[in-house]
Amino acid sequence: MSADVATPARTAAVPLVVGEDIVVRFRKRTVVDVARIEIARGCTYGLLGASGAGKSTLLRALGLLERPTSGRVLIDGVEATRRDLTIRRGIAAVFQKPYLLRGTVADNVAYGLRLRGVSGTERAARVSEALERVGLAGWQRQSALTLSGGEAQRVALARALVLKPRLLLLDEPLSYMDPLLKRGLTAEFASILASENVTAIYVTHDQDEAAVVADRIGVMREGRIVAEGDPDEVLGLPEDEWVAAFVGMEPPLRGGVRATSDGLATIDVTGVTFYATTTLPIGTGVLLAVRPEDVTIYEAGVELPLGSARNRLDAVVAEMRPGGGTVQVVLDHRGTRIAAAVSRASAKELDLKVGARVVAVFKATAVRVRASA
Amino acid sequence: MSVYITAIIDGFRLLLSGSQDVWSIIELSLGVSGSAILIATVIGVPIGYFLGMTRFGGRWALILLVNTAMGFPPVVVGLFVFMALSRSGPLGELGLLFTPQSMLIAQVILAAPLVAGVTTAAVAGVPRDLRLQLRALGASRVQEAWAVLKESRRGVLAAVIAGFGGIISEVGAVSIVGGNIEGSTRVMTTAIMFHVRRGEFGLAMAWAMVLIGIALVVNAVLTGLQNAGVRHER
Repeated sequence: MSADVATPARTAAVPLVVGEDIVVRFRKRTVVDVARIEIARGCTYGLLGASGAGKSTLLRALGLLERPTSGRVLIDGVEATRRDLTIRRGIAAVFQKPYLLRGTVADNVAYGLRLRGVSGTERAARVSEALERVGLAGWQRQSALTLSGGEAQRVALARALVLKPRLLLLDEPLSYMDPLLKRGLTAEFASILASENVTAIYVTHDQDEAAVVADRIGVMREGRIVAEGDPDEVLGLPEDEWVAAFVGMEPPLRGGVRATSDGLATIDVTGVTFYATTTLPIGTGVLLAVRPEDVTIYEAGVELPLGSARNRLDAVVAEMRPGGGTVQVVLDHRGTRIAAAVSRASAKELDLKVGARVVAVFKATAVRVRASA
Repeated sequence: MSVYITAIIDGFRLLLSGSQDVWSIIELSLGVSGSAILIATVIGVPIGYFLGMTRFGGRWALILLVNTAMGFPPVVVGLFVFMALSRSGPLGELGLLFTPQSMLIAQVILAAPLVAGVTTAAVAGVPRDLRLQLRALGASRVQEAWAVLKESRRGVLAAVIAGFGGIISEVGAVSIVGGNIEGSTRVMTTAIMFHVRRGEFGLAMAWAMVLIGIALVVNAVLTGLQNAGVRHER
């Protein structure tokens, strides 16, 4: 291609990783087909999608672990492949299973350093530093066989961090953890990734995990990236209907800004009025969505508490989808649908069922708005 | 029943006699089969690794070839090697027929496919994700291969055990190409055959016991290696 691509410009302007026309086929089946993906320096990029969407395959291609069927990967603006051991040694990974080798915790964490011929004294120092980073200070001599799942995965993270990688690949590192441990480790991983200032690609099928960890999210479906942006945008106002369903929302509504005052806009959605905080000018066509967690439901006819929640819609319960701790209630207001997340207890107390008349209440700040294309 | 008892007593007598001939036969057997299995390992393990790890067109045909070669009857291998080394054969000028080297060649041909075939299966059983993990920690191709072989060492050692067990106890190939010449190419198995033919069951039994005993010791060592440390996998 042209010279601007071939110039190895080590500046912040050049993304650390660029994938161009990455196609991966297994036999005749196309598993990944991504025209372009960029991972900015210092950013944690969350690859989100259902199982079999091609996330891990794309990760392996971008991380130079497997050669894609076609396309190229640029690291620091330079095309690289699996054969470039020097470049590859700037990349480390943590997978679903920790795959610890027999021996002690220290042996495991030191493994990559030994592959690189790092001296024993430096190894010991770096291993101890890395173990401290993952909250396992002093665990060096412990046998790797005796660790719990969470401990083993921390060792796997230390084993990657100890290499001070420029690019860290995380392939569903927490998917085998129980929910409690997972929440704890997600927060821990997020803070470690932020403090290390490492560039990372984080593959997950869990949007909550992605929201906590990632600075930028790409949603994959059937090998393609169908949505990309900052987490708030992608998870809060998904444009694509499928993406909306994947992240647990109703498809976004389309409307137009009818009036504004002091940053508060009145938006008309097929005759229904929404209030939102936006600086978009009058006449702008917009997409809007409300996260189900931001919507509160009251019984119809009940006197509403005074508050700042400007949006009040009379609605009928159109559908109820029981989830873990909450029930997703789909509300219909003259054909306009939004979803609300209600705790099981509240749903029972309100006697919510399909056809029940309710009032949906949500703040103007909870309405996410974007100018539509 | 008494024929066995007499034979066993004769056998112990032979072993305890400490005769030079006895030890030279044991030495030759171990020397030939030991060297053969070493060479077969050096040839067979890389082939097995390659067949087990890489995907390419024609791989299936090569695996079929190796698996078929695993089952070659020793007599047939002996025949081929004999023909190759006989005076009119392509390698006749080397003058190796009826020497320990000829037995070594036959046994390498017998053991190498066995080592390659079992290694193929063993390394193919190493999870792909483990290899990715090794690669993702910066392992070069050689480092990755070494780690994979270490992980699958139970299978690889099983290949070596099977190979060694096969050649130390085979008689067809060594008797054809070696000729069972006393003091030169007589090994334990051909000694047994020789003594049975002459009705010297005591001596034959003695060699049988030695053969089994040695197989036991060698396999004990290899099995010990096989069980030394097991990787922990979640």
